[in-house]
Amino acid sequence: MSSNTITIPGIGVEGKPWLETLHEWVTTVDHKRLGILYIVYGLGFLVVGGVEALIIRIQLMHSHNDFVSPQVFNRMFTMHGTTMIFFMVMPVLFGFANYLVPLMIGARDMAFPRLNAFSFWLSAFGGLLLYFSFLGGSGLYGAGNAPDVGWWAYAPLGARAFSPGHSTDYWTLSLLVSGFGSIGTAINIIATVLCMRCPGMKLGRMPLLVWLYLVMGGMVLIAITPLSAAQIMLLVDRYLGGHFFDTQAGGSAVLWMHFFWIFGHPEVYVLVIPAFGFSSEIIPVFSRKPIFGYPVMVAATVGIGFLSLTVWAHHMFTVGMNSYANSFFAITTMAVGIPTGIKIFNWIGTMWGGRIQFKVPMLFCIGFLFQFLIAGLTGIIQASVPVDWQLSLSYFVVAHFHYVIVGGILFATFGAFYYWYPKITGRMLSERLGKWHFWLFVIGFHLTFDVMHIPGLLGMPRRIYTYEPGRGWDTLNLIVSIGAFIQAVAILVFVWNLIISYFKGAKAGSDPWDAWTLEWSTSSPPPAYNFATVPVVASARPLWDLKHPEDPDSQYE
Amino acid sequence: MQGVKNTIRTAVHLFAFLFCRMTTAAAVDPTGTNVFAPQSTPARSILHLSTFVLTITGLIFVVVFTLLVYSISKFRATSTNANSEPAQVYGSTQIELAWTIIPVLIVVVLFMATARVLHAMQDAPEPANALEVTVIGHQFWWEYRYPKLGVVTANELHIPVSDAAHPTPTFLQLLSADTDHSFWIPELAGKTDLVPNHPNRMWMDPERTGVFLGQCAQYCGTQHAKMLLRVSVDSPEDFADWVREQRQPAVADERVAAGRRVFETTSCINCHAINGTVANGRFGPDLTHLMSRTTIAAGAALNTPENLHLWIQNPDAIKHGSLMPAMQLSKSDLDELVEYLETLQ
Repeated sequence: MSSNTITIPGIGVEGKPWLETLHEWVTTVDHKRLGILYIVYGLGFLVVGGVEALIIRIQLMHSHNDFVSPQVFNRMFTMHGTTMIFFMVMPVLFGFANYLVPLMIGARDMAFPRLNAFSFWLSAFGGLLLYFSFLGGSGLYGAGNAPDVGWWAYAPLGARAFSPGHSTDYWTLSLLVSGFGSIGTAINIIATVLCMRCPGMKLGRMPLLVWLYLVMGGMVLIAITPLSAAQIMLLVDRYLGGHFFDTQAGGSAVLWMHFFWIFGHPEVYVLVIPAFGFSSEIIPVFSRKPIFGYPVMVAATVGIGFLSLTVWAHHMFTVGMNSYANSFFAITTMAVGIPTGIKIFNWIGTMWGGRIQFKVPMLFCIGFLFQFLIAGLTGIIQASVPVDWQLSLSYFVVAHFHYVIVGGILFATFGAFYYWYPKITGRMLSERLGKWHFWLFVIGFHLTFDVMHIPGLLGMPRRIYTYEPGRGWDTLNLIVSIGAFIQAVAILVFVWNLIISYFKGAKAGSDPWDAWTLEWSTSSPPPAYNFATVPVVASARPLWDLKHPEDPDSQYE
Repeated sequence: MQGVKNTIRTAVHLFAFLFCRMTTAAAVDPTGTNVFAPQSTPARSILHLSTFVLTITGLIFVVVFTLLVYSISKFRATSTNANSEPAQVYGSTQIELAWTIIPVLIVVVLFMATARVLHAMQDAPEPANALEVTVIGHQFWWEYRYPKLGVVTANELHIPVSDAAHPTPTFLQLLSADTDHSFWIPELAGKTDLVPNHPNRMWMDPERTGVFLGQCAQYCGTQHAKMLLRVSVDSPEDFADWVREQRQPAVADERVAAGRRVFETTSCINCHAINGTVANGRFGPDLTHLMSRTTIAAGAALNTPENLHLWIQNPDAIKHGSLMPAMQLSKSDLDELVEYLETLQ
């Protein structure tokens, strides 16, 4: 095993037979290769989930459309949601964690390299299991193929009475398996950050991204566990005669909702916190200033981490909790806005007085700032419980959380791709294609998700495969669908950029952005075990100290 | 402040109005499903609260948006300064305190406004003269039972108007026979879910008569999309007439006895009830006064003889995946059955 892991990616690979190369990638325990595997795997599912989204949007282009049947439509939105959350965003974020955390703290690998590989392959098989349902989901009953219960599978829809066949089993098992993978990776991230830092890298000197991944890891541990428990309970219900969620036998549908959302809401922050981290690395470098209020940013993140564990039932304002419970979850939800707002202000503070370079990574982060502002504010609007009684379960909510996940998380993640691609491959992504990607995506995004709020206000519920004419929803839905196709074109440009730049991109060198964190001190791509000699740091910006010996950060600590 | 609020409220209403005009010009029905056009106290309180919350979040948006635009336009690198680094500023405790305390105050204000409306709506006492209706969600239709009036009907809810002179609110008890559903008439009230084993309550007091539309808002299975809702708000006299007619047993017209025999001797009776016959199934809608309803299949089609033919013979053509089976009747049986159903006034 060790003979594989010291292979330097990109060097000496050319002459090898492809089978040997494949074998190296499959058996690798190198954190950088696993990071790349995670990211490529996530990108594959971005395309799959995107195609599902396009099918949904074609069907909804006009009222009484019959492009797909209701059964197919219900499978599409179930698979789209499940895929994008569990098999696209999470793997990509775990991939960046794997790749960057050891490099940024001056470590030579993750704390548990084999656990790392094991976790990746669990997640990978989880995704395959989910998609195998298209073939195997009919089971003995010939009913359905892919799951069609929605990505949150509210009880009792997941019970055997309403979901015969095996499609729901594939959904359950895939989340269970990939959930164990996520827990493994979270443990690994936490252990790496706490135990593997290079000399001088005190907690208070870690790059913010590492801090945020530490918080994310802790939240994954807390959030995934109840989801896994609920999946096991659902399996017990379905095959061992349990009645946890079997309402026909006195089980509780509301219990499932609590289990699901005590996972589901922290999950949103599990996804968004790394996106905050990307912005917290990219914005300072392209503003040529250190992050404004580093300790406050750390505190705000930890605050978000804790607060986000107390807000889950704001997904359930319509299910009939009493007014005290509703009030509690309203104020906790609004309170999350405070540390989140502090973060936005600190990013503005970072740009303030800087010399901003509008390179593509920065463009995506600026897009992230604007869109996350709106996403946060529509979130506050829905935290107001009575208002949510109108907005919940409508297309307003769909627009809101896509604003968070696409406008916020995905934009920041695209920024991360443009920023760290040179480190990972040794070549720059094309700025020209990157700008095409950015502007097309901005136009498509706003056409789709700005407009999507309005049908919700006009009474359009989510998850309907068709709608009645004359409700005022037709034109709006057509615009939304057109925007979706523009986004799809932008994604094609992005994928093309990733491929063409790998072969023809300009050589990056070790530090193309004149940045300050440790990953830029080693070659691009970094050699196996990252650093020839373990670095020693004296401040939060070790490369700044190196480049500016007359004015090092370390003298202010 | 009041002036700003009013201006913004007017602007919001104007937007809503424009949208209605722009997009519902071809609507057959006089009412839409616009949350900005409330016709009942709960929906109106929500709109007022929304306006307040929108105003505050709108102001936050304007301030932060301006700061963002200012900083990215003012602090861009230029050809003259790009070669040197700007002053390295690490933070400021005073500024951090300011942008922590101000949001805290905003949250307190928003929460108090929310809690007030929340309590007033959710914990509203039920007046003695309120109409009580039990709503039971089924895959994929609505059952309504009026326990004090002895009326059972489906899909089209009839309630009395509640004007200032005679306030008669309607209180709904929400139950589910199978999966989760959600009762949503945007112009009358926010939505409340129908959850099995978890009875819920909501209320509305419509200010004017008319037909109000909505639909199931909680994904409940294959035909969630065509689980439509119609609420007919009647004048007190019309409502009393409607109740009187609904309490009559089914019409037993000897001219359509053949059709009635078809109904009573096929599996129709396993799921449907017709008062005064052997049919007492509860799995599907009560058909005792089928002809008093404008639509069939939970609003998926108009209640015409042709649609009834189609619905009985091939329900998938109207509502693919509904739980109504294709009855496979002979042509003559089908014609007689529809003739019988047509008499159920």
